[in-house]
Amino acid sequence: MARMKFLCDAERCIECNACVTACKNENEVPWGINRRRVVTLNDGEMGKERSISMACMHCTDAPCAAVCPVDCFYTTADAVVLHSKDLCIGCGYCFYACPFGAPQYPQLGNFGGRGKMDKCTFCAGGPEEDNTPLEYAVYGANRLAEGKLPLCAEMCSTKALLAGDGEIIAAIYKERVVTRGYGSGAWGWSTAYPDSQGV
Amino acid sequence: MASKDGYMTMLRRCLALGLLALLLGLAQPAAAQVQDQGRPSDAELQLMQELQGQGPLTGRVSIPDQRAATLIQPAGKEWRDFWRGTSPWIGGIAMGGMLAILLLFFLIRGRIPIEGGRSGETITRFNGLDRFAHWLTATSFIVLAITGLNIAFGRDLLLPLIGPEAFSAFSDAGKVAHNFLSFPFTLGILLMLVLWVRDNIPSRLDLEWLAAGGGIIGHGHAHAGRFNGGQKAIFWSVVLMGGAIAATGYVLMFPFTVVADVGGMQTTQMVHSVLSMLLVAVILAHIYIGSIGMEGAFDAMGSGEVDLNWAEAHHDLWAEEIRAREQRATGEAPGAVPAE
Repeated sequence: MARMKFLCDAERCIECNACVTACKNENEVPWGINRRRVVTLNDGEMGKERSISMACMHCTDAPCAAVCPVDCFYTTADAVVLHSKDLCIGCGYCFYACPFGAPQYPQLGNFGGRGKMDKCTFCAGGPEEDNTPLEYAVYGANRLAEGKLPLCAEMCSTKALLAGDGEIIAAIYKERVVTRGYGSGAWGWSTAYPDSQGV
Repeated sequence: MASKDGYMTMLRRCLALGLLALLLGLAQPAAAQVQDQGRPSDAELQLMQELQGQGPLTGRVSIPDQRAATLIQPAGKEWRDFWRGTSPWIGGIAMGGMLAILLLFFLIRGRIPIEGGRSGETITRFNGLDRFAHWLTATSFIVLAITGLNIAFGRDLLLPLIGPEAFSAFSDAGKVAHNFLSFPFTLGILLMLVLWVRDNIPSRLDLEWLAAGGGIIGHGHAHAGRFNGGQKAIFWSVVLMGGAIAATGYVLMFPFTVVADVGGMQTTQMVHSVLSMLLVAVILAHIYIGSIGMEGAFDAMGSGEVDLNWAEAHHDLWAEEIRAREQRATGEAPGAVPAE
């Protein structure tokens, strides 16, 4: 089985936000929730500005899963970190633990108004049966079950955002780095996948 | 093959130039390594250094949620280590240790009887409002403690027993109860503070009481007013720790309204959980001494009427004061009229 990973090439991202829009449309994500976002660092500083598209990095040793009081997370055979909204109680702890700010909460409940957590699924749906209306309504698209990769990366115009088998995207990225002649801008890679070498 | 030819060439060179040349030659084809090919740009080095730092890395986003501008917050790892590692140990040692001490104490000392037995005569210790404040706080605290401990320990202790669906349903209901019962709990603490604070000012008597073993350890009784040193300790624990727990709880309940960032939420959660578990440990001792630990003690918060002998043994100064007040009220000589 493949080990699915995201990789954002900070040297290529042009902050067009198309990945954000594609994600929202493909998964019909509700208002106020962004499973993916583009963050611009050193905005406006000549030569220093870099944009990075960030979502759930599907960590090897996922902090969200570690701190969840009801243990609602699971890792698929493709190493995608998913969770069950039937089990989630919307406590917000995964948001405190996540290094990437991936978990999102709809304003539903009382007080702080956290409904059940929502996050990037690597376009792999959820625990429901693959590509059922129920799965789509609760978790969004399941492109992996259709043999496709996440839409955000598939339609990235500069191919800054890569998604797929870790070995393949690492090879693509290494080739770019070699061609450029200078180092890596693979954001969050070492945090999310601490046991993988290189890149 | 070109590479094979190259290798043969190198072998020949190695024979001629020695071991050093061999090593250098072999290193050449492996140079397709990322690190060897190029040096990171200065801008990139700077960004990577920022990433290594302890603080969160924040940029700019074009979506309305400005918290999303934090790209990476490394503190999540420390909070995770605390929540899954340190916190259960603090709670386990505090609460488990307290239970062990209480059990041991009960086995050694047994139930502490009223000295001289019950007199049959009672005086009013807590009126209706006092008891309302106590039980309002107590009942809400018990539910808050159970639902809170469920969040801390339920995944390891309860989830394997009842399964994920039942556990999630229980935890979900528990979360709602935890949120709503914070209000009566806070009200109860405020009421108790107003009602009892004047009798809970620490004094020299408390030190003497403590030195005499508080009537719990040993048999000697020190003088005590309405509240003895131990009760004052419970009072201030409940008011101060309970107050801090309530305050941090409301911060957690309205996320990102009082504190702006994830780091603040993490700190608040840590303070909330540790103080709560310590207060549970304190309250375990309070429940013990107020129920099975001491004869006659429960009456104070049960009916509100305590036996005169119990009052004189544990709160002699207060009992005297009450009797003096009653005598003034009736205008009679001491001992002429019974309390009722």
